[in-house]
Amino acid sequence: MNNRLSVKHILGVEQLTLEDIRLILDTAEALKEILDRPIKKVPPLRGCTVVTLFFEPSTRTRLSFELAAKRLSADTVSVSAATSSVLKGETLLDTVKNVEAMRPDILVVRHSSSGAPHFLARHLTGCSVINAGDGINQHPTQALLDLFTVRERLGRVKGLKIAILGDILHSRVAHSDIRIFKAMGAHVFVSGPASLLPIGLEALGACVTTKVEEALASADVVMLLRLQKERQGRSLIPSEREYANFFGLVQERCLNLAPDAILMHPGPINRGVELTSELADSQQSVILNQVTNGVAVRMAILSLLWADRS
Amino acid sequence: MELLFENARLIDPASGLDEMGAVLVRNGRIAGIFLLKDGFSGEFTHLLPSQRFNLKGRWLVPGLIDMHVHLREPGEEYKETIATGTRAAAAGGFVAVACMPNTKPVNDDVTVTTFIRHKAAMEGSARVYPVACITKGQAGQALTEMGMLLEAGAIAFSDDGRPVKDSAVMRLAMEYARGFDALIISHAEELGLVADGVMNEGRMSQLLGLKGIPSVAEEIAVFRDIALAKYTGARLHIAHVSTKAAVELIRRAKAEGVGVTAETAPHYFTLTEDAVEGYNTNAKMNPPLRTEEDRQAVIEGLKDGTLDAIATDHAPHSSLEKEVEFDRAANGIIGLETAVSLSLELVRRHGMNPLQLIACLSWSPARILRVAGGSLRVNEPADLCVIDVDMPFEVTRENLFSKSCNTPFLGQRLSGRVVLTMKAGVVTHSLLESGFITLP
Repeated sequence: MNNRLSVKHILGVEQLTLEDIRLILDTAEALKEILDRPIKKVPPLRGCTVVTLFFEPSTRTRLSFELAAKRLSADTVSVSAATSSVLKGETLLDTVKNVEAMRPDILVVRHSSSGAPHFLARHLTGCSVINAGDGINQHPTQALLDLFTVRERLGRVKGLKIAILGDILHSRVAHSDIRIFKAMGAHVFVSGPASLLPIGLEALGACVTTKVEEALASADVVMLLRLQKERQGRSLIPSEREYANFFGLVQERCLNLAPDAILMHPGPINRGVELTSELADSQQSVILNQVTNGVAVRMAILSLLWADRS
Repeated sequence: MELLFENARLIDPASGLDEMGAVLVRNGRIAGIFLLKDGFSGEFTHLLPSQRFNLKGRWLVPGLIDMHVHLREPGEEYKETIATGTRAAAAGGFVAVACMPNTKPVNDDVTVTTFIRHKAAMEGSARVYPVACITKGQAGQALTEMGMLLEAGAIAFSDDGRPVKDSAVMRLAMEYARGFDALIISHAEELGLVADGVMNEGRMSQLLGLKGIPSVAEEIAVFRDIALAKYTGARLHIAHVSTKAAVELIRRAKAEGVGVTAETAPHYFTLTEDAVEGYNTNAKMNPPLRTEEDRQAVIEGLKDGTLDAIATDHAPHSSLEKEVEFDRAANGIIGLETAVSLSLELVRRHGMNPLQLIACLSWSPARILRVAGGSLRVNEPADLCVIDVDMPFEVTRENLFSKSCNTPFLGQRLSGRVVLTMKAGVVTHSLLESGFITLP
């Protein structure tokens, strides 16, 4: 079996081959047990420098990347927009060229502009770029950990019905998830308020419906998304109450799910809006498993990129 | 001083002429037009060989006129100047350009209009017709001093790039302009729908995760401005038409007799939104590149005369504005030097008559702007352009005269090139080695 990625950067799901995806998942599976060891550190990334450049706030993803890197003995440095030269008027390219001049190996980038990691990957010669979320475009490592979680819990992906509900318009997670689950042979349904279902969504290969019940019927996986108020210029829905009423996941809407269906959420969750507190904490919920798996999947990605470099 | 361009394919949309023949230039004016079919066979034995251009069948057309460019001076001379912009114009076959008012400061005052005119007269390789703002500061509120601006040399009025949002202000502008018989040029976009969009809304914006600008933003604005033109009787020109719906609205308005004209730019009939792939900021412009359906409708609009003119919307930007995140990148591409090559595709692929193509690039803009030129006529100034329709054109930094190179065609090999441009008898651009030698 080939144990090399076909790509130098992790920018978007569509750039990964099925072999890449399987390799990342299998590697993550092997690495995951390290997280449960008493001494959670192994040496494969010794001498590797990972810089996380976050131009947008993040808790989970950043921590996840940093822990993943540290577990594998990489040196990690974190830069956030608030403490960087961006505020002094430096261009993104100059900022990152300066970072590159200090010879990091892997750059983990989150940015509010769609395509910013692609832009950096095009201009940097010396390091690999991982997209940790760009604007409303993609969040490929989240999609990989979501896929990993589904495979781990349900044992397969092909043929499953995946329902993604909520703010599809602004969700980079949804845009990556739709692609990755389609690529793996699942049936992807998306639903939510029509004003949050963007024009052109069919291009990603999802079945789009404004009827939540249709998306939920016999679904094996329900992926819930947060309303991204910070990305909406103006509110695209009348109120959260109205949203919860028509589109939020409540117990009655779960009746027609597949028997062993799981509930997922990339976080942070708004309890009582996209799903009830009870469902968030229920046996069906794998929300915290996703978080744990995130570290394993990112360990896999870092080690595979590093293996290709060295 | 006499010069003879002989063995040329003469194309003059003003008279409908498309014949082999010769043009004699004397003292900066066209002194004679001689057609092969009338028995002309190369008289003028008194001319020296150095005074004769054997064009070997190349097109000889009126000097081209671009009614929509950005020259960036005053204020952004690092992108382009009147000197470099008009030099690029000459390289593209243009003898005249109309420059948009979004300079720094904006052209909303007689002093700026006068500055541009003086600078162009001193340094320009092409005539420059300044377009002044409709409203002071392009702010969409108070009208500029249109009468005085016209006296100072303004050719038309436009708040290009920042369209007049308030319909009452636009109505007022049209009514007032009508009193001076002045032309209003509309950059037609409903800004509320544009919002923070950065490319055409649809399949591609979804694939790239970029915020979209719906085509209805143009449709609604075109509808409004046509309705206001109809109501006020003003002369209205719609800039850079990019959508099928806008073409249809203009077609219908013209059929009703509304005084509206329209232009499109080469990129709208050459490219689609697919060019944005890879977050290519050189494919970012406003209005954005649309779909294949829109592109076909624009071509159809040019062919049936709904769209009168081809204008480049030449918009130079440096790497400071273009080598950045896509949503932060400035809108616009340069176009003066690639316009002819790209437009020839309309003849080659889409069956457009060469006469009509040249009309779009010369005679029509001259009529819309009500300026001289755009035709081959005896006693008129010798504004000429020689086009080699087969000569390849490598679009490289070195081959461009513009100060900027923000074009999606950079690195491409286009077909067809302007080999000589003459403004009032003066050669402003020539690919010939030197002086007056015979073309290879």
